[in-house]
Formats: sequence, structure tokens, C-alpha cells
Amino acid sequence: MKYMLLIHSGATDESGGAAECTVEDWMSYDKEVKDAGILVSGESLADLVTATTVRVGPAGDRTVTDGPFAETREVLGGFLVIDVPDLDVALDWAARCPGARGSGAVVVRPVADFGA
Amino acid sequence: MDEGTGAARDGSPGASAVSSVASVFREEHGRLLASLVRRYGDLDLAEEVTSEAIEAALVHWPVDGVPARPGAWLLTTARRKAVDRLRRDQVYAARLAVLQVEAERAAPAPPADTDGGLPDERLQLFFTCAHPALGPEDRSALTLRCLAGLTTPEVARAFLVPPATMAQRIVRAKKKIREARIPFRVPGADELPDRLPGVLQVLYSIFTEGYAASSGPHLQRTGPAEEAIRLARILRALLPAERETAGLLALMLLVHARRDARTGPDGAIVLLDDQDRGRWDHTMIEEGARLVVTALEGGPPGPYGVQAAIAALHDEADSVATTDWPQIVALYDVLRALAPSPVVALNRAVAVAMRDGPEAGLALLDDLAGEPRLRAYHPYAIARADLLHRLGRRAEAAVAYRKALSLAGTEPERAHARGRLAESESESESESESARGPEAEPPPPGPSPEPGPPPGPESRGR
Repeated sequence: MKYMLLIHSGATDESGGAAECTVEDWMSYDKEVKDAGILVSGESLADLVTATTVRVGPAGDRTVTDGPFAETREVLGGFLVIDVPDLDVALDWAARCPGARGSGAVVVRPVADFGA
Repeated sequence: MDEGTGAARDGSPGASAVSSVASVFREEHGRLLASLVRRYGDLDLAEEVTSEAIEAALVHWPVDGVPARPGAWLLTTARRKAVDRLRRDQVYAARLAVLQVEAERAAPAPPADTDGGLPDERLQLFFTCAHPALGPEDRSALTLRCLAGLTTPEVARAFLVPPATMAQRIVRAKKKIREARIPFRVPGADELPDRLPGVLQVLYSIFTEGYAASSGPHLQRTGPAEEAIRLARILRALLPAERETAGLLALMLLVHARRDARTGPDGAIVLLDDQDRGRWDHTMIEEGARLVVTALEGGPPGPYGVQAAIAALHDEADSVATTDWPQIVALYDVLRALAPSPVVALNRAVAVAMRDGPEAGLALLDDLAGEPRLRAYHPYAIARADLLHRLGRRAEAAVAYRKALSLAGTEPERAHARGRLAESESESESESESARGPEAEPPPPGPSPEPGPPPGPESRGR
């Protein structure tokens, strides 16, 4: 069963990293996930100031806007897709993620399965 | 296992068999459902064939007599129905087969039962129904539905919500279990300290729903409280080594023992002072007191064990005046260290008022005035009003009673506040009533008849 872990970063320090964990924390977490053989995919996202939003209206007209910018402190900073037997295992991996600490949070979403 | 089927086992064929089927159903439902969930890994299928097996029993038992082993009969019948169902729906069968393979990978099958009885697999169902990934209300509803064997309309009545609302809630919770794949498994020994409080909290919130209805015309409805006690007995039998399970059962028994004395014939609150202690259920108190010893022996105390000990001190006293208030304050100190909360601080303040006088209690209550959780909390308002009343500060008491009246959720609570308000407004004499007991029933865990939220270290949101 696939789950996506949406990693919401909380307050960030001047360099843009989360205040509660270090680069080393992330590197060792990434290694653990890879070594466990559960990783489907995962990426870190570039800073939110680089984001662009696209909307298409009913007549097919395209609107492109800068942003969104963070109105709350919770910004999606990256994601992982993992393949594990059940929610408890997914929650364990989420709890070990450095992004879950301090003011951060990890949201666990099952990936929809439309096949039999 | 003693929460038994004995009554039904010797039931005779005929009309009486219908009622014994109903009682067997309540007792066997959780056990049957748990076995089927274990076998098929699917709550919907398990519920469906459980119901069908019960329906078959209703047809056959009145004619053929209740079988020697009703549980085994029901399980065999349910399995046959499941096989039929899976034969009709191959796609569904294939999906379940995949689920099964993964479930076995995650949790190996339990050892075969040796004494010929059915293995009791309800424990994993307790943990699934109380899973922290489900909403707090969903956990209680599912537990009553799956383990207590209540129908959806019965669960709706227990929580005073319309049946359609409850049906939606249960459907939504089951969808989450299925689609997010919340596992059916007993947490390992290393996870148990983290997960067991969640299960205990579900049972305690079912209990408090009955002990002090949060709204409505009646102060207490014994149905949910009795279901919670029944479930706590099952859980205790399944986890005999967990002392907090004993503590929770003890707490429920020691509080429930006072049920008949808590309300007058008209439904009005009877304050602890005025309760006829002869109407307390002394058999229940004895059982609870024995369990308190179990809960507190052989290790550090847990929050339910400590609350049960407090309830035992109330139950074993002859009167409010002779209650061991210093010991109660000491136990609240222990509880405050284990599970700090504004509600515990409130209860401790009321006990201090009894030990050291209303002035001391009032000072502690006023220290809590800034607590957001107590701001609109009726037990806080009424405790403060009652202490002002005891101190003879009539004008302030009247203001406080008016506030308490505005926060009261049930009619008996409103009646109590209204009565005291009228008293405070009319009394002009300056003498104060001295040495009155607490104006409302003591814990758990509230100084008023309304117990506060469960005290476990887990917060409701987990």
C-alpha cells in the first residue's frame, strides 16, 4: 500500500532550513528510507518564492500568478511516497521524519488505488 | 470468560429462545466479528456475515433449540455466508486475498486455540476501533458498534444524536479503516504504553457520556455507563497484566455505585451531602475497592488507578464530614504530577476547600481563572459559586450562580443553579452556613456531577 508523506515545514531559520533539525538528520533519514526498501519516490521542493500558480477558466483562458505565498506557517516543503503494509507502519516512518519535529508536521495520505 | 452466554446455553426452544438469541448476540457479537475480521481482513464483510448469522440463528434456534456452543455455531454459519459472498463476487474476493497476504506479512496468525474454544481476537478490534487516526467520537461509536454489539440506532441513542448522523459517522470511520488501511493488530509490547491509554480513554468517554450527559433533559443515562463497564471487564480479561485496565474498571464501578442516589425522583441533583448512602451499590463498591488495590500494587500508579483510589475514599466514608480529605488532596497531588490538567487542579481545589476551608479553596480556584479550558466549564463555575455561597458572600455568589446557570448543559444542573441563585438573591442575613460539604458530587473527576474530560496523558486529539 502506498502512502504519501507530505512534509510541512514549520518556522524556518535565516538559511531557510527548519530550525528543529539539521541537514545531517535529513541525510540519515533519507538513507534509512532507502535502506528499508520502501521508497517509491520523494523530492524536496524549492523555496516557496519560486512557486507559480496556474488556473484555467471555463473558456480555456489561462491565468498565471506569482505565488502562492505562505499565509500560514505551514508550507509544503517536500514529499515522500512509500510502500508499506499498513497505516501504522506509515505513521512510524512519518514520526521518524525530521520534518515532523518542532513546528513542522507530516500529513500521511494513502495513495488512491483504482485497480483491483 | 465470564461475561457469558450461560443464560442462553440452557435456553429452551420456543419463544424464550428469541430473547436468549438477543442476549447471545450481544455477548457473542464482538467475539464473532473479531474472528471474522481476523480471517477476512475486512470489517464490512465481517459485519455483513455476522448479521446474517444472527438472522439465521433467529430462524433456527427457536425451532431446533439453542446449540450447545452458540458461538461456534454462529462462526461456522458466518463463514459459510462469507464463502457464498466471495464466490458471488470474484473481484472482491481477489482484493481481499491480496489484503490477507499483506496482513499475514505484517502480523503472523495467532497460535491455534488448544482447549477447543474459539480464540478470542477482540483485543485487536479494541485497538483498531480506538486507533488514534480516527476521530475521538468515531472511536467511541465504533467501539460500541463492533465490540459492545449495539446497533447503529442504539449507538445513536447513547450519544443523543439522530440515527442518520450516527450511521454517516460509522460509515465514514469504516471507510477510513478500509482505505487508509488501519491495521487489525495488537500493538507490540513496545507500543503498548503509547496505545493502551487511547483504548482506555475511549471506554472512559463512553462511561462519562452516560454518567453525566453533556446535554439534554436527564443528568444521567445508565445505558452507556453500563456498556462501558461491560467493555472494561472484557478488556481486563484480555489484558490482565495491565494495572491501568484494573484502575479504569475500578473507577467506573466506584462511580457507578452511586447512580441511584445521585438523582431524586424528579430527576433533580442530589448533592453528595444529602445522598442516601444506603442506596449506594455496596457490592459494586467492594468489587471496585478490591480492584483499586490491584491497580496500585506492584508498580508506579497510573491516572485511572489514582482516580479510582479517590473515588474509593468517597465511597467508603460514612459522610462528607468524615471523608478523608487530606488523603484525597494527597491523591490529587499525585494525579496532578501524572496527568496535569486544569480539571484536575479544579478538583484538587475543591478537596482543599474541604480540608482547609472554603477560603483556601476559593483562592486556588481564582488562580485558575485564566485557564481557557475552564472559562466556559460549568463545573468550575458552580464550584466557585458554591464556595462563595459557603463564605456568605451573597452578592458575588449570585453573580457566580448566574454564570453557572448560563453554562449548565442539562436541566437538573440548571435547576440546581437556579435554586441556589434564588437563595443567594433572597437571603439578607449575613450569617454564613458553615461546615457545609461540597455542594455537588465529587469526582470523577469533577466537583460537580459532571465529570470532566478523561484524564489520561493522551490528549483527545491523538
